[in-house]
Amino acid sequence: MTARVGVVTFPGSLDDRDAARAVRVAGAEPVSLWHGDADLKGVDAVVLPGGFSYGDYLRCGAIARFAPIMTELVPAARSGLLPVLGICNGFQILCESHLLPGALTRNSSRHFVCRDQLLRVEAADTAWTGSYSSGQEILIPLKSGEGSYVAGGETLAELEREGRVVARYVDSSPNGSQNDIAGITNEHRNVVGLMPHPEHAVEALTGPSVDGLGFFTSVLARLADGAPLAAATG
Amino acid sequence: MSEASRFDTVAKAESTPDTPQPYAELGMKDDEYARVREILGRRPTSAELAIYSVMWSEHCSYKSSKTHLRQFGEKAPENDALLVGMGENAGVVDVGDGYAVTFKIESHNHPSYVEPHQGAATGVGGIVRDILTMGARPIAVMDALRFGPADAPDTRRVLPGVVSGISFYGNCLGLPNIGGELGFDSGYSGNPLVNALCVGVMKHEDIKLAQAPGPGNHVVLFGSTTGPDGIGGASVLASATFDDESHAKRPSVQVGDPFMEKLLIECSLELFAQDLVVGIQDLGAAGVSCATTELAAGGTGGMRVDLDRVPLRDPRLTPEEILMSESQERMMAIVEPAKLDDFLAVCAKWDILASVIGEVTDVTEEEARRGGRLVMTWRGETVVDMPPRTASDEGPVYERPFARPDDQDVLLGDDPAALARPATDAELREQVLRVLSAPGVCDPGWVTSQYDRYVLGNTVLAVPHDSGMVRITDSSDRGVALATDGNGRYTRLDPYAGTQLAYAEAYRNVATTGARPLAVTNCLNFGSPEDPAVMWQFAESTKGLADACQALGTPVTGGNVSFYNQTGSTAINPTPVIGVLGVIDDVHDRLTSAFSHDDAGATIFLLGETREELGGSAWADIVHGHLGGRPPKVDLAAEAALGRVLADSADHGVLASAHDLSDGGLAVALAESCLRGGVGCEVDLGSDAFTALFSESAARVVVSVRPDAEAAFAELCERHGVPVAAIGTVGGTALSMAHSGGRIAIDLTELRTAYESTLPAVFGGE
Repeated sequence: MTARVGVVTFPGSLDDRDAARAVRVAGAEPVSLWHGDADLKGVDAVVLPGGFSYGDYLRCGAIARFAPIMTELVPAARSGLLPVLGICNGFQILCESHLLPGALTRNSSRHFVCRDQLLRVEAADTAWTGSYSSGQEILIPLKSGEGSYVAGGETLAELEREGRVVARYVDSSPNGSQNDIAGITNEHRNVVGLMPHPEHAVEALTGPSVDGLGFFTSVLARLADGAPLAAATG
Repeated sequence: MSEASRFDTVAKAESTPDTPQPYAELGMKDDEYARVREILGRRPTSAELAIYSVMWSEHCSYKSSKTHLRQFGEKAPENDALLVGMGENAGVVDVGDGYAVTFKIESHNHPSYVEPHQGAATGVGGIVRDILTMGARPIAVMDALRFGPADAPDTRRVLPGVVSGISFYGNCLGLPNIGGELGFDSGYSGNPLVNALCVGVMKHEDIKLAQAPGPGNHVVLFGSTTGPDGIGGASVLASATFDDESHAKRPSVQVGDPFMEKLLIECSLELFAQDLVVGIQDLGAAGVSCATTELAAGGTGGMRVDLDRVPLRDPRLTPEEILMSESQERMMAIVEPAKLDDFLAVCAKWDILASVIGEVTDVTEEEARRGGRLVMTWRGETVVDMPPRTASDEGPVYERPFARPDDQDVLLGDDPAALARPATDAELREQVLRVLSAPGVCDPGWVTSQYDRYVLGNTVLAVPHDSGMVRITDSSDRGVALATDGNGRYTRLDPYAGTQLAYAEAYRNVATTGARPLAVTNCLNFGSPEDPAVMWQFAESTKGLADACQALGTPVTGGNVSFYNQTGSTAINPTPVIGVLGVIDDVHDRLTSAFSHDDAGATIFLLGETREELGGSAWADIVHGHLGGRPPKVDLAAEAALGRVLADSADHGVLASAHDLSDGGLAVALAESCLRGGVGCEVDLGSDAFTALFSESAARVVVSVRPDAEAAFAELCERHGVPVAAIGTVGGTALSMAHSGGRIAIDLTELRTAYESTLPAVFGGE
């Protein structure tokens, strides 16, 4: 049976069509989810796409956190059962929802940055990175104005200790992120937040590579093998 | 005092015919005011005066340019692809498979000087709404930007603000920015040029027009509320010469909310998809005045509007202010009564405020003859009762006097042949690096890396390539390529030829991607039309463009005129910016401007003829600060032949790369092809290395040809009559150039530093 992967559209979501395309290219069925409906439509996994949800007024992701769809999504994600990938604005929403620790702040350059970014996959054991090998370098677009990851010293140490840094910027951080962090995961490794955009690197024609496709094929492989997703206790 | 006595009404206008009115402050001339009185048979109310003053402003009425713009229609080449021509919000062309594309470029120069961030941001917002209004989904934007010298204090205020405004608005809107231009010249100090282009796609049957047919249909205003921002922007800002008091005009600049615009796009597209509107117009310059008069004029001619029903941000606004407000992110639709509930439901889904503010009415034959009848009420009193066509279609038309400037011959006679040329290889090498690192030539990455080029997932080519290219939908291999070009130096020397050169360069930039050039838009940036010298430049320029478009079969589909680009009595160099749109059947066949490692050993060919042409060149400007002589020769037949060679080559997969030659000639083209691919090249420049490197002869392209395809390619060039010369091969780690007197080599690392470090050094690193 084809896996069904939901893509949430908030007002101001921009990369929702791209996320749906990536899901399709990976071989799954994308399902549109609407921010105003507290209904996950029984999907097997969810992508929170990039954009500027609710105009990013107040603080990036701060309003989206309270959307009706999140009342269904947050407990399912916290239980470890529902794989969730938050890309860019989606990462910010995951942090605001406390599904992931820390916060994303203004780039150190104070400018929006759009560039092809080299990443090193550090954790290949999450629901979204199983197709990669640990230490693998991938090239995918980064495009954000508030992508500088920050967290308290203890939180950072915990992320590093538990191998929950999913990807790091290679060479130097383009936005001032602590420890060059580009993405992190939760204790259950089912929720991943990533600042760069894998959904823009799934076709050779339009992306700098097809290195981003692995995030989407990873979750399909994980769903297919039937192993319990909540591996950790929590 | 009763409230009614505090505002002007039609009844009052009739009873107090001699009340003095501030028409001059609103930018109207004595004879224009007299004509309004004649049309109405009385003095206008202050609300009517507001409508006429903005609708008859230079910005909205094209009163100085109209007589010259007509030739774009009169000389339009036969072109089956043209579905909607000039006069609508934007032109529409057929690109095949049932799809149509609409595109347009527009200026936001004056607001961007006064308040760079909001000025540039709302420029993007405005052009995107123009495209949306045609029924299309906007799919990409581009920007052509020109500033004073990079290191001038005011440029350091204006440029970062403009870039942050475009970045903020365009990125939040979710439209890829696929290219454009960045130029610097002292003439643009105090008068930057901010020209924004948008392209959209739709099915043929979805084309929408600005019209209000059907008496009884509702007039619905939807989107943002109406506030005091941008009041009088059209007449006060866009139609008057700048002076030292410009900064006091800040409230005239609108404030943009890209989030609202994004919702408005999605909401409008859903309204179109459900067939819920019969006519639509965006609110841009002149706001409600423009939308109501144009919609009414395009329909029965009759409309009744209750201004009390316009949702306001500030309850103190007067009817005149409501009519003139340029608050952003607003649209006006004509909706059949039976479909109103569905219309409002779609708006509610997107949290878009929608209000019925009036209805389409029937007109008598007599009223139709007078230009229709638009009636507006406020607090129960009639404040507007006028024929809308007299405001929208029958504004004043001026035959402005024009005269060739006295100094034109002096300028043409100042031949760059007299300029000192590099005497040694060391000097030649130094000048290559100096030209390559000049702000208007070097890598624009500091600017373009602030724009999202990936969103929507259909970007096939973007900066730094010669054109932007997007796939028109996910389900199609068809794509459109777009390029804009303009060269104020060439146009100053010869406005007719300079405009044709700008057009030819954009045409060539589209052709080098393998696309077939199809249609043209333009943004004509000039000084004051009241100056006969400027008007001469304008007349020559429009004639040049119309003739060139006729010759190459690409119709002008629309555009924009921006006059009064001058500070005090000094006008900018005339700068027509020409946008060319092309179509490629299969985006996989696209050509890029980068030499490739994979093609090391590939032969490099130079197509076209190189003459000693340095008038207006980047070399003369950068090395000598010189502007004089004649611009390069225009050869439109050669451009067309070149385009055919490139399109055929792309179809047959013969070429590994193609890059057009323009500012900085072969020197810059080779350096860019090397840097973009990260691989060097070895070329032979022949006996005159200086001319080979820096001449800016038009109709030239440098290509690298796939191994074993050289003979086929040479044959193709011969068949189309395009001169071709093998000048070297791809490979190595340096730009290496031999000539009969010696040789120069520049390592790619040094070349890259020269190319990429200029703008970060001026505007700050990342």
